[in-house]
Order: sequence, then structure tokens, then C-alpha cells
Amino acid sequence: MTRSNLALLVLIACVAALPLFAGPYALRLGTIACMYAVLALSWNVVGGFAGYPSFATAAFFGFGAYATGVLLNDGVALTLSVVAALISSFALAALLGTVLLRLRGHYFAIASLSLVEVLREFVNNATDLTGGGMGLNIPLTSGSGILADASFFFFAMWGLLLATALVVIAVSSSKLGFGLACIRQNETASNMVGLNATLYKSIAFGLSACFVSAAGGIYAAWVHYIDPSDVFDILYSVKPIVMALMGGLGSPFGVVCGALLYLGLEEVVWRNYIQIHSGVLGVLIVILLLFLPHGLTSLRTSMFWRKAKHV
Amino acid sequence: MLAVQVLINALLLGCLYGCIAIGFSLVWGVLNVINLIHGSFIVLGAYLAWAAYQWLSIPPWFALAIAAPLFFGLGYLLQQLVLNRVITAPVLVTLTLTFGLDLILNNVMIYYFKADYRKLTLSPPMGSVSILDVVVPVDRLLATASALALTGLLYLLLRRSRIGRAIVAVRLDRDAAVLMGVDVKSIYAIAFGLGAALAGCAGVLMSLIFPISPLTSATFLGKSFVVCVLGGLGSVSGALAGGLLLAFVEGFGSTLFGPSHAITLSFGLLIIFLIVRPQGLLGRKGFE
Repeated sequence: MTRSNLALLVLIACVAALPLFAGPYALRLGTIACMYAVLALSWNVVGGFAGYPSFATAAFFGFGAYATGVLLNDGVALTLSVVAALISSFALAALLGTVLLRLRGHYFAIASLSLVEVLREFVNNATDLTGGGMGLNIPLTSGSGILADASFFFFAMWGLLLATALVVIAVSSSKLGFGLACIRQNETASNMVGLNATLYKSIAFGLSACFVSAAGGIYAAWVHYIDPSDVFDILYSVKPIVMALMGGLGSPFGVVCGALLYLGLEEVVWRNYIQIHSGVLGVLIVILLLFLPHGLTSLRTSMFWRKAKHV
Repeated sequence: MLAVQVLINALLLGCLYGCIAIGFSLVWGVLNVINLIHGSFIVLGAYLAWAAYQWLSIPPWFALAIAAPLFFGLGYLLQQLVLNRVITAPVLVTLTLTFGLDLILNNVMIYYFKADYRKLTLSPPMGSVSILDVVVPVDRLLATASALALTGLLYLLLRRSRIGRAIVAVRLDRDAAVLMGVDVKSIYAIAFGLGAALAGCAGVLMSLIFPISPLTSATFLGKSFVVCVLGGLGSVSGALAGGLLLAFVEGFGSTLFGPSHAITLSFGLLIIFLIVRPQGLLGRKGFE
């Protein structure tokens, strides 16, 4: 295990201590922090490791939210519905991946963006199953008070984050991670030397979808009401990218730091400048891309570490 | 008779869709940038027409003449000052950057115009003409004619003018164009300016037909995606063909399955086209 992966696990362990000395508001923030970290880590598998500019995060977030919501309404237990959402979205994404991941660059980006539109419209039109544009009410699962509820969902999201981090670390140090890095650098060449690129990419796409979908499921159970324009919001696709760019593409630790930092910025803007919050996010994106192209990780290495070159 | 009416509607709408997408296609083709601000530019153009008519009683036809240079300048500056810095970066970076710019512009519009839907209503209304039970609103007919005129103008510009040939040359082979003495940076800025100007003009025309709000920018952007992929990048005729195909699919799709399925249908078609025929109906490498 590399030093940065170890740091990631330590960071996640520190987050778990939050309920010991914080109220419901901090727990809410902590839950969102874990959710964002799951989204960013998952996006990193396909966007950072394999180098495919995926905008499909929102599609699977919404898919998971609706799958879980519909199952919960049918009286299925929460854990079971989330696991069902996780498995079905893995299968769906891997299947879609074999087709969509044949596209490259701009075309893949547009196809993944359209996936969000297609699923949103699908949910919008399947009124009998999903409630359509009216949204879906989800029954309360527990009911043992605000604080107990808040800490329950916090730990659910935290557990998911831990699982995601462990899988991502396992991927990055396995043959799969190596294969994805090869695909990022030169897909044609890696195909030539006998790497089954389609299989690798599909698994990566499935992995990047399944935890997002589970996060969507927990989110749905947590907020008790979802509607298509909320859970299929294209911002769910863009925010993980911004987080990953902030923390430096490819490094799981950097990506999670980016997610936490992003949440902090977002919360400050939401609290103080609600009317212009999306504009501020835009300014943040522009500044980040123009002046910090490698995220904050590059800032650290270039500013505080001076290594001797060409020794 | 219904079929003929749907056909005529689709023809009229298709030309407008082509006009919406053509600036987007130009920027994508020449700069290799997916310009996500395009939708907001269209909405801004629509607001310009609305404000000009409401406050200064300038009719939309003259608003076109104001919008074109204004948006050209805006696009030119945006490209020179912001996008040129990352023009060689991977897709992810340029795409996210234009998304950020779009968030800013859209937020500014929501702040000043609010999220209410508005519609430019001409007074007196222009009425409609009917030939054998087929009814065609005059304002829509005029908007379509203007869209075709704009498209033709762009075609002539790319075909006949020196700058137009330079744009095509950069699109075909950037490095060779540099060797031939083309100033690629300024061509990029001009192409982006043209794309913005076309978006602004398309917005002016849209204000006559559709209700506008900052929230509709995503719809226009989505249509541009679909039109570009269906018709194929790389030609004015491709954008028109894509626009017409999209309008036919939407028109007949909503007549057969109900209007709520039109978007699913068009995006489903988009994904199928991306997989089966990514170069589109008329796609090829050069831009005219």
C-alpha cells in the first residue's frame, strides 16, 4: 500500500469520529461530504484511471435513487434495496459500457451526457412506477428522533465511502488498475499487446456506477422525497469532476481531499450568497482550470518540496 | 391532412434547429471544443430581442442586426482571453471550462431577468396563412426564412471570403494552415465569434416562437448536440440535414407516441447514431 492510499484510509477514519462532538447540522454536512467523496472516487475510476471524460455520474445517481425509492415503497428493507441498486447498476453500466466506451473523446462525453437525459425522461414518463414529474415520496425507515436518524444515515454513507475507498485502492494496485493506466496512455497500443480493453473499460465503468448508485439510494432514503430534476441534475456529473480536478486527477487521496474542500467552499457560498451560488461555482471552475491545471496536489509538490533533480 | 401539417411544421422547425446548431457545429469542428455556453448565448439573444422590442420597440428583424456584431465581439473576446489558454488541453478540461462559463452566464441571466418564462408578442400579431387546411403562422414562416438566410450567409462566407477559406483550412489541417501563414489564434477567435453571433441571431428568432427563460438554455444545447451528431460535423448542409431529421423525428414521434416521449426519442436516436454512424448523415472532414 502506498503512502497516499494509507493517508486516504486515515482521513476516512478521522471523518468517522465526527458524531462524537457535533450536532445534527455537522452530521448533515458530514453525510454530504461522504456522498461527494463517493461520487468523486467513483468518477476517478473511469475519468482518472482510464482517462474517459464521463458525464454519466448523474445518470447512475438518479438510477440508484429511483431503484431504491421504488423498492422501499414496495416494502423491501433499506439494506436490501441499496444492494439491489448497487448490483443492478453495475450490470447496467457494464452493459452500456461495452457499447458507449467504443466512443472516444468528445463523442463519449456527449453520449454520457445524453445518458442522463434519456434516463431522466424515462423516469419522467414512467408515471405509474416513479410518479413522474410529481416526484416520489419515500416512507420513513426509522423514526427514532432527529439525531439518531442523522447519525444512522451518516454512518450508512460513511460505510459506503469506506467500501468505495477500499475497492478503489484495490483496483489501483491490481492488474485492472495497471490495465486502465495503459488504456489512458495509449489504448490502441494496449489493445495490440493483448490487453482486453473493452472488458477492462466496462468493468471500470461498472465500478464507477455501482457506488454512485448506492449513494443515490442512501440519499433517497435520507431525504424521503426525490424528483427527476433533483436526482438527475447534471451538476451531479460535473461536481465530481471539479472535485477530482481540485485534488489532482488519478490520486484517490487527492480526489477525496478535493471533495472535502469543494464541500467547504460550496457550503460557505450557499450560506452567504444563495442567489449567485451557481455563478460562484462557475468562477471557481474557470479559475481552477486556468490557473491550477493539476489541482492542489501540484501546488504542494512545486511549492513546498524541492527535490534534487538529475542526481 | 394531419400528416401534411406535421410535415410542414417539421420543415419549418427543422430549419430553425439547423440554425441553432450551426454555430455549435462550427466551433466544435474548427476549435475541437464542445461549447456548452451555446445554449445560454441563444437565450441571451432571445432576451436581447425581447428587451429591444419591449423597451425600445425595435422589431426582431432589426434586433438581428444588433445581435450579430454584439455577440461576435463577446465570443471573440471570450476566446481570446479565456479559451485560448486551454485550447490544446484534453476534452475534459475544455468541456468543464465552458460548463463553468455557462454557469456564470446563466446565473447572471437568472439574476437580472428572473426565472420567469417570457414571450415576445408582436402587436399587432402577424396572423397565419392557410392553404388547403394547412395552417402556417406568418411569424414562424419569417423566422424560418431568416434562419435559412443566415445559414446561406455563413455558407457564402466560408466558401467565398478569405477568412472563410482560412477557417476551413484550419479545420482541415491545423499544422498545414500554420505553415501556409494562417494566424491560427485569430482564426480560432473569429470562428468562436461567428459561432456566438449565430447563436445570438438564432436566439432572436427563437424569441418569436418559443417562450424563453434562462432555464431553457439546456434544451437548446441538447438540441444542438443531437443535430450535430445526426447531421454530422463539418458542413453547413450537415447541420441543416440534422435539424430537419430531428424536427421530423420529434414531430412524428410526438404525434404517434405523445409529446412527452419526443425528448427520449431524440436522445435515443442520438445514442444510436453515435454508435452506428458517428460521422452523421453528411459528415466529412472539411468544413465546406
